Amino acid sequence: MFLDSSDLQAIFLTVKLAAIVTAILLVVGTPIAWWLARSRSRWKGPIGAIVALPLVLPPSVLGFYLLLAMGPHGPVGHLTSALGIGALPFTFWGLVLASVFYSLPFMVQPLQNAFEAIGDRPLEVAATLRASPLDTFFTVALPMALPGYLTASILTFAHTVGEFGVVLMIGGNIPGITRVVSVQIYDHVEAMEYSQAHRLAAVMLVFSFLVLLTLYAWRPNTRKG
Amino acid sequence: MDRITARFHVNWPGFTLDLDLNLPGLGVTAIFGQSGSGKTTLLRCIAGLERAEGGFLSFNGEVWQDERTFLPTHKRPLGYVFQEASLFPHLSVIGNLRYGLTRSGVEQRVSLDHAIELLGIGALLERKPERLSGGERQRVGIARALAVSPRILLMDEPLAALDLARKQEILPYLERLRDELEIPILYVTHSPDEVGRLANYLVALEGGTVIAQGPLAETLARIDLPIRLGEERGVVLEGVVAERDEGWHLERVEFPGGSLWMRDRGAPLGHAVRVRIPSGGISLSRVPQQDSSILNTLSGVVEEIGDDDHPAHSLVRVKIGESVLLARITKRSVAALDLYPGLPVWAQIKSVAVAQ
Repeated sequence: MFLDSSDLQAIFLTVKLAAIVTAILLVVGTPIAWWLARSRSRWKGPIGAIVALPLVLPPSVLGFYLLLAMGPHGPVGHLTSALGIGALPFTFWGLVLASVFYSLPFMVQPLQNAFEAIGDRPLEVAATLRASPLDTFFTVALPMALPGYLTASILTFAHTVGEFGVVLMIGGNIPGITRVVSVQIYDHVEAMEYSQAHRLAAVMLVFSFLVLLTLYAWRPNTRKG
Repeated sequence: MDRITARFHVNWPGFTLDLDLNLPGLGVTAIFGQSGSGKTTLLRCIAGLERAEGGFLSFNGEVWQDERTFLPTHKRPLGYVFQEASLFPHLSVIGNLRYGLTRSGVEQRVSLDHAIELLGIGALLERKPERLSGGERQRVGIARALAVSPRILLMDEPLAALDLARKQEILPYLERLRDELEIPILYVTHSPDEVGRLANYLVALEGGTVIAQGPLAETLARIDLPIRLGEERGVVLEGVVAERDEGWHLERVEFPGGSLWMRDRGAPLGHAVRVRIPSGGISLSRVPQQDSSILNTLSGVVEEIGDDDHPAHSLVRVKIGESVLLARITKRSVAALDLYPGLPVWAQIKSVAVAQ
């Protein structure tokens, strides 16, 4: 067989992680992006910078802080143990939480751009047509920002698939729980299993290319709006 | 009668608005002024799109804004037409029309079919906005505003973004709205032609304050107000086509107090038309002129004499029956003819234009 069962398990885990993170970020990222696009608050700059931090921060730094926060003495750790969930590090859901932070800008920034591109006018028009602000969001802003949502989702998914440093810090390397594809490839290389590393790496290469191809092939269509 | 009362005093950086208006609850009120005069801001304040702190606004006795109240835009029973049609790009024409309709509740003053018929957009319903011409887009925008069955229609320079041909395409529809809908229309414009053709009531703004307001014909004929539509001052008369002289291609337009022969524009008999008479196109005499090429000589009485902008000119208001003309003549002529209020005179009208 082309890939062995541990490789397939890693791929399945990676896809599951990326899908869950993308879904969570669609919900969490939307209000943040909306606020950043529409607000005139003086907190807009600082909040925007915080959201963008994972873009420039080394994943190991982000992972380190998240590890401390989720650890038994960190604020998230206190919360999770008080809720009876236990400690999050080295669990799948710990990985999900860390990835949500890590991929946040990849969801928020395209959405923010899409919301900003809509401008005030369509929202004002909707108001003069009796639509409440919430109604306006779902019936005007959301449909008009749909291309932005597609871009944001693809970028978030792909970025979550590609993470490595944060996974190692938070999730470690537990088969079926936290061992995602990027870690699996690392393992293969460490174990001098170059042919297996090759196959998995090729899968990632093809995947990444297809993602970008989708984005670029699709982009010209958005121009005519 | 229903009325709109608006008091707005705003002092934003680089912009002030200081208005106290009491507008009629029917017909077209033109809010006229140059860009920067505050006319669009006034309309946006009335719509609730802009919030002028400390302002007051009531419509037919319902308070939309005071110290305690600020009715959000979506709860105000208005229709709004923006300068650019601003159709929703993700919806078809009919989708755009239904957007407001479905949210406007049970009260149907204007049916969707009526709005579609009024604006002549029946053939466009399935199209996407991107496949409409500029004029079609604006007609859909107007129909969309009507489909919410507004109790007042606010229009912000709806023709300004269109070329002359498109304007001529839409103006007749606007006249129909004025004549067929029983709701007030506030019409923001900087175009003298649109005021002359559409307005019943005029509010002229300059630098955020009202420099003149009143019924259109009356306000234009006031010597003490510096209101001009276009290059020179003049009045607008409302009349009907009363007679046609086919042989000479002329039509006679009857207005309260007299009638005027003018170039036949093909309007059917009985059709209402508006006629603009610029003050420079009128000469006055004490006796009727004979052997003149001038077709229209009306008898009237001098009401008031005042100064025009140039020291050589006077403005003379002449009452013709129930109507009023404004004639610009030289001060030397005023002296030579010895004109004074109460004197019967003959007004020779050289140029008459249908307002368009």
